[in-house]
Order: sequence, then C-alpha cells, then structure tokens
Amino acid sequence: MTGTFTWNLIGDLQDMWSLPFMLNAFRAGTVVALLAAPAGWFMVLRRQSFAGHTLALVGFPGAAAAVWLGLGVATGYVSFCVIAALVIAALPAGTRGGYSEQSAVIGTVQAFALASGMLFVALYKGFLNGTNALLFGSFLGITAGQVTTLAVLAAVALAVLAAVGRPLLFASIDADVAQAHGVPVRALGTVFLVLLGVAVAEVGQITGVLLVFALLVLPPATAQVLVARPVASLALSVVLALVTVWVALFVAYYSPYPIGFWLTTVAFGLYALAQAATAVRGRLAVRGRLAVAGG
Amino acid sequence: MSVVRADIRPTRRRPEPARRATVVEVERATVVEVDGATAVVGGRTVWSGVDATVAAGEFVAVLGPNGAGKSTLLKAVLGLIPVAGGAIRLLGRPPGQANHAVGYLPQRRSFDTSLRVRGVDVVRLGLDGDRWGIPLPGRRSRAAAARVRELVELVGAGRYADRPIGQLSGGEQQRLLIAQALARRPELLLLDEPLDSLDLPNQAAVAALLSRICRAEGVAAVIVAHDVNPILPYLDRVIYLGHGGAASGTPAQVINSGTLTRLYGTPVEVLSTSDGRLVVVGQPEAPAHHGGRHDRHAA
Repeated sequence: MTGTFTWNLIGDLQDMWSLPFMLNAFRAGTVVALLAAPAGWFMVLRRQSFAGHTLALVGFPGAAAAVWLGLGVATGYVSFCVIAALVIAALPAGTRGGYSEQSAVIGTVQAFALASGMLFVALYKGFLNGTNALLFGSFLGITAGQVTTLAVLAAVALAVLAAVGRPLLFASIDADVAQAHGVPVRALGTVFLVLLGVAVAEVGQITGVLLVFALLVLPPATAQVLVARPVASLALSVVLALVTVWVALFVAYYSPYPIGFWLTTVAFGLYALAQAATAVRGRLAVRGRLAVAGG
Repeated sequence: MSVVRADIRPTRRRPEPARRATVVEVERATVVEVDGATAVVGGRTVWSGVDATVAAGEFVAVLGPNGAGKSTLLKAVLGLIPVAGGAIRLLGRPPGQANHAVGYLPQRRSFDTSLRVRGVDVVRLGLDGDRWGIPLPGRRSRAAAARVRELVELVGAGRYADRPIGQLSGGEQQRLLIAQALARRPELLLLDEPLDSLDLPNQAAVAALLSRICRAEGVAAVIVAHDVNPILPYLDRVIYLGHGGAASGTPAQVINSGTLTRLYGTPVEVLSTSDGRLVVVGQPEAPAHHGGRHDRHAA
C-alpha cells in the first residue's frame, strides 16, 4: 500500500481508518482473530492441525466455485468447510483424536481439493488475479456487509464453543474418562470440527487458505508455550491473535508485500520469542538450582 | 516358566473401613454384581459366564493373562461396552446409569510431554469436567478449587500439581489421575493397570496409597493388574479371567493349583511356604511381560 508512515502511530491509525476498506479490514481481522484463537487453541490441544489444514484447503475450491457461480466468496468458504468438517467427523475415529490413521485419506482429499479449486478458477475466466488472494490472503475489498456476516457467524460459533468449552476440554485431554463421566465425546468431536470449519472459513478469507495457521495455530501454540493454565492460555492466545492481526494490517498498509506474509511473520516472530524466553527461563532455573546446590 | 511369590496371609483381617453413610450396615452392600456375563468385542467372545461380586469397601484385583479381557470387564461395568449375555449391575442399576458414583482410571495414558495443562486442571476435570459451559469465578468455583487442593494433598502431589502434567514422571501423573478419579467422592474406583510402567518403589508406594485411601474414604476398588505382587497384601478378593474361563473368590480360593490349572489350561502349581506365603509355579506368562502395550504409545 502507499501511505505515509509517521511515528505518530495513533495518527497513522486514524489515517488508515479514514479509508473505509482499511476500517473494514481492521474490523474483519479483529472478528477473525477473536474466533480463530479459541478454535485454534482447542485444535492444537486436540492435535487436529492436519484436519484443520485440510478444512482450509477445501475452502479453496469452495471459494473458487462460489465465485464461478456468482455466489460470493464467503458462502463458498463456509459451506465447503462445514461440509468437509462433517465428512471428517464421519470418518471412523482415529487413534486418540489425532486422525493419524486417516492421514492418507485426508491427504487424498487435500490434493483433490486443490485440484478442483484450480479447475473452478479455470472455469471462471478472468478470475486468475484472485487466485493469489484465495491462496495467500488479501485484505482489500472487504465490505461492511461481509464484516457483519463474519461477526454474526463468529458470535454464534463462540457462543457454541463457550457452551461446550469445559466438556470439550475434558474430552480433548482425557477422552476415556470423559466418556465414563457421561460426556458425549463423539458428538463433541463433531461439533468441534464444524466450529473449526467455520473458524477456518473465516480465517481463510483474510490469510488465504494456505496461511490459515498464521492465526489458527501460531497464537495458541505461543500461548501454550507461555502459560499452562487453560483459561489464561486461551485468553493469551486471543490477545496474541489480535496483536498479530493489528500489527500485520498496520505494516501491510505501508508495504508492497501481501498481508499473508506479514500475518505469518508477526505470528512466527511471537512464537520464536516465546520459545526463546522459555529456553532462557529454563536455563536460568537450572543455573539457579546449581548455584543453590553449590553455595 | 516363571515363579510368582505371593504374600498371602489368610488370617489377616482388614479393618472395617469408615463408611460415610450414617446407617450402619449389618451386611456390606453389593457395589458390583456380575451374573453369568459374556462380552463380545469385534465379533470375538472375550469372556463368558463370568460371575463376580464386589462389596462396599472391598479391595479387589482382576488378574489374568494378556488378552483375557480384564479392561473389557471394567468397561462393561461402566456401560462403555454392552454385555452380550448375562447381566451386570452397578450399585443396583444397569451399567452406565450410576457412573457418577464411580471413579475410573483407564489403562495407563502417558500424557504427551508437550501437553501444557497443569496437574490441578486435570484433577479439576474429574470434579466438574462434564458440566456444560466454562467455569466462571464464584462460590462454586472456589469450592471446586478447595476440593482439588484437598485431593492433591490426599495423594501427596502438592509439590508438583501446578506444573504441566506432560512434564511429570509416570508416578506423579498416576497420583494425580488417582486424585482425579476420587474427585466426586465415588463409592467405587475402577483402576486399569494403575501400576503399569511404574518402577518398583513407585508400584509399592501407589499400591499402599490406594489401599490407604480406599480405607479412609470407604471406597471399593477394582484393580486390573498384570503383576499381582504389589497389591496382594491389601486384597480382599480376586477375579481371575483366563482363556479357559473365570474364577472369583478370596485370594486363597482362587490362587490355588486346581483353579489356575483350569484357567490357564496348563499345569500350574501353587505352593505354600512355612510362613503362609504362596508361590505360583508354572504360570505361562511372566508378569514382567508388557508386550503390545508400548506399541500403542509408539503409535
């Protein structure tokens, strides 16, 4: 983008927000971060990253087909991701929720999804510029209507996630005991995959289908490195996702490079910092113990 | 061939556990009743015609070789697996309807080292993990936190309960999981190989801990065991599942040459030493054999 950066950051933000598309980008990014972080937090905990990535890739043909049919990108993302979530949930349960046994099946689906996406792109002539945005993200051209759709969908998804939060945590950590306590483990798994499908569909619209993990995995993984308390860890992952989105949008406004790159870079930087901080803390703790033992 | 030395002292009486109920029972209530039950898993009959009872406060072992369906028995009692024949009653009700009064510790789950959830959080899930919604601060939350602290102290895990559970040793994790199973003040504990993959001192310590807790809290315990030695001193009753059938009774009734020979289908001799200890000779499976179990972890 072409803005003039000054060190008056608030002034810069006001500058950006005077442009409707930037204001919508910040609104959409905030909504997406609020949903992506908790959904991603459970995804990381449940080791369903592979399923999450598959859902994202299925979003590509969904969005491409929707554009081809003139239905709107968001409709394509959400419908394809939710259907794919239901399909993955219907696959026979893998070992310990990790879906490792289904990796071949899911991998096949991923390849086919990408291929179909390219077919739909080819069918819709003149759409080729949009391919890049679908794969690697874009924050241009988000309308106020789209922001409202994203917000309503995210609110519903978050409400469901809050309602099932505790039993879902139980089922994620300890499926056998949760089942013995009467938690509907299988049904919760399906509900969660659908929620994940919605989250992925929303995130994909900002980050592109190939970079959904920038918001879905990195902030929760960073939070889990730093904090072991579930509620605090969830809250921290939301904060980190918001920071990631805001910093990335801010930088992308002044830079010629795509938003997906900045999102991923910021999120990755935070993750690397967290890992480094933990390593240093561990080293210091060991040294402290040695000093106590030596002294 | 292997030799198992079993410390059975038939004359020893367990002290009567302190019951929470205000009514003094003349006869101990039956907690679990298995009546001619048959289990079929994946088209294969795992066991059939199993009869067993567990009375309130009893310390019971389920013994038998690999693949005899020991874990299946616990799951059938919980109603996680339906019985194909016969009947199982748990606290006088069909399986699955009284699970709120049961603490269950499934076959050893080692938490992944990267699992960043504290020990106290895992214990807390045993208390209210099945409640919908997210825990909100308030009176109920404070009461739950107090109960979790109490449980952590009960199993002696106070030193490490606030650390991520994935970073704890097997023995530490197992103590926290026992605390989790006890969270709702159950009348029955179902423990599936609670001593498996613990080192010998930890096996003895956890066995003693379980026995102490069961007496203090008046909880009946059914323990699936690979190796009977660490729990033998505390046992009231043994349920033996073998490929040739099942037997249930006091340790002295079950662990004898006739019963074991029939269950294993190979000659087994049980010798009694002069100080009352039993020695099992000819048990076809060495108790230290853990084949298959670790494949699951590797997967």
